[in-house]
Amino acid sequence: MFTKQALLASVVAFAPVTAMAADMTIGFSQIGSESGWRAAETTVTKQEAESRGIDLKFADAQQKQENQIKAIRSFIAQGVDGILIAPVVATGWDEVLEEAQDAEIPVVLLDRTVDADESLYLTAVTSDLVHEGSVAGQWLVDEMAGEDCPIVELQGTTGSSPAIDRKTGFEQAIEGNDNLEIIRSQTGDFTRSQGKVVMESFLKAEGGENICALYAHNDDMAVGAIQAIKEAGLKPGEDILIVAIDAVPDAHQAIANGEMNATIELTPNMAGPALDALEAYLADGTTPPKWIQTESKLFTAEDDNQAIYEIKKDLGY
Amino acid sequence: MPGPKPSTLKRITPQLLILAAALLLNVLVFPDFFHVDFRNGRLFGNLIDVLNRGAPVALLCIGMTLVIATKGIDLSVGAVMAIAGATAASVVVEGHGWGTALIAALATGALCGLWNGILVAVLRIQPIVATLVLMVAGRGVAQLITEGKILTFSNEGLIHLGAGTVLGVPTPILIWMALGATVIFVVRKSALGMLIEAIGINERSSRLAGINSRVLLICVYLVSGLCAALAGVIVAADIKGADANNAGLWLELDAILAVVIGGNSLLGGRFSILASLLGAMIIQSVNSVILLSGMPPEFNLVIKAVLILAILVIQSPRIGNLVYMLRASGPQPQPDTPPIHANRKEEAK
Repeated sequence: MFTKQALLASVVAFAPVTAMAADMTIGFSQIGSESGWRAAETTVTKQEAESRGIDLKFADAQQKQENQIKAIRSFIAQGVDGILIAPVVATGWDEVLEEAQDAEIPVVLLDRTVDADESLYLTAVTSDLVHEGSVAGQWLVDEMAGEDCPIVELQGTTGSSPAIDRKTGFEQAIEGNDNLEIIRSQTGDFTRSQGKVVMESFLKAEGGENICALYAHNDDMAVGAIQAIKEAGLKPGEDILIVAIDAVPDAHQAIANGEMNATIELTPNMAGPALDALEAYLADGTTPPKWIQTESKLFTAEDDNQAIYEIKKDLGY
Repeated sequence: MPGPKPSTLKRITPQLLILAAALLLNVLVFPDFFHVDFRNGRLFGNLIDVLNRGAPVALLCIGMTLVIATKGIDLSVGAVMAIAGATAASVVVEGHGWGTALIAALATGALCGLWNGILVAVLRIQPIVATLVLMVAGRGVAQLITEGKILTFSNEGLIHLGAGTVLGVPTPILIWMALGATVIFVVRKSALGMLIEAIGINERSSRLAGINSRVLLICVYLVSGLCAALAGVIVAADIKGADANNAGLWLELDAILAVVIGGNSLLGGRFSILASLLGAMIIQSVNSVILLSGMPPEFNLVIKAVLILAILVIQSPRIGNLVYMLRASGPQPQPDTPPIHANRKEEAK
């Protein structure tokens, strides 16, 4: 029960109620609904704004930059107090950011950064993808404590920055541990079905008994792989340890069922720190650092995953 | 059927040879490739994986072959898979049985096929444009059904269609083989196949000859929609969830490729579903080589492209002529012409 409340508090609301927050208006330009995580980010952002009494103007860009630019211009025209953007691409933002600056409206970037001059935005709130990978790697290092462990890796979409960075972070963390070795690594395109297909081939190519752990760049691929492991007559979570990243509800449920061992949270609550920074800036001009890193929290069987699942499943994942 | 057998065999010889070569390549990268054992109540081995994982493309290419034989194309099958998977998942999530879910999914697929068919046959929109509409819009429809998330379910009956086994054989293998055999039987044991070919070769003259091309065209797209729906249900059942964003993504291209590797002309006319199915297995064998080789994933698409290119080059008519000429120039010194022309000459005499 305590964990449930604590999590509710961290996900939904830690609201420093300031006097001026009551009549604050913030514009939020969201990319669209490309994934469950993004839907959850939208839900949490709305909850965050509501709990602080902020009037949130929400604009869905349907994966198009021109829609985002239009939305930002309309926010400027409406004279909002601040703007949150989850930028769909990295380039082409200079002009509209300058317009916001001229109107003296602070802009905070969520989840992704842009290739524009740092002075054009107040701060960027993102997770550190390399750090996420290294938390996963460190968990395995601690878990194995020197025992030999051949690892298979399910990579994200080839060439995408989460795939590259999460791979780098994991490799950095296990470096110098001769007992840990990645024996096979292949892309599962961040999807369940490819995760399952590729895991099937791993199990056949290496033999299930020769694989000690699976590292998947996201939970969806891990969930697919769990089914492949079961169909091969092995016990996921016991015969093959599974660590993945994102902490989506299904991963919490898998951990609760003992079929998965650990997941690292990519928090959908980017808006919390962003609104904190905006409120502080608007109240007394406190300038936040240019980059606010969100916490990459590790969840294992020690957490009450069933309770977390119940909370998270309604966020829109 | 004693009559057409030798000709059928001749027709699919290139596909069989290529499939053998692709499987041989698998053995080269993974010597135990053909090893199949019985584990956890199911057949377990790489060969089974090829047959099982090739199921969605195999199902799609059954309908796609018929569509292409009418000189059409169906780009929407990937999106229809997503819609059908989402429909099946949402029906079982609401507490109905797997039978209802399957019927609902097939009905949705039929509706999508009917839509395409009407656009093509009645409104006379070019097939590539007509089906592009649903290809783009369909994924959005699927997302509306799943509300943008992966809709997971635990209905054993439905899961069985994608991940279950019958007598140790994974269900998807049985489904695509049974459907393939049924459709081949129907189109070849009746005049249907010939009528479809007639439309593909010259729709106007086939209509003048009394073929109801409009109804036939609609039916062909309907069958394609049904095949796609079945593939969509299998893919969703396999992962116990409907993933509207990724289910069937780009599979329309694999299906078209399977039909082309099967030696069917995109200009319509004569077709062979059996050869297309072999084409689907060839594609899956190539995918299997990539997975088993253990090469870094950066090479995946390059390897696939090179292998597919090699297959298409070997199949190209020019290369075929060249082989024929080399063979013919052996005993007889004079350069020869392709077989059809040779026959014609003899008839003229």
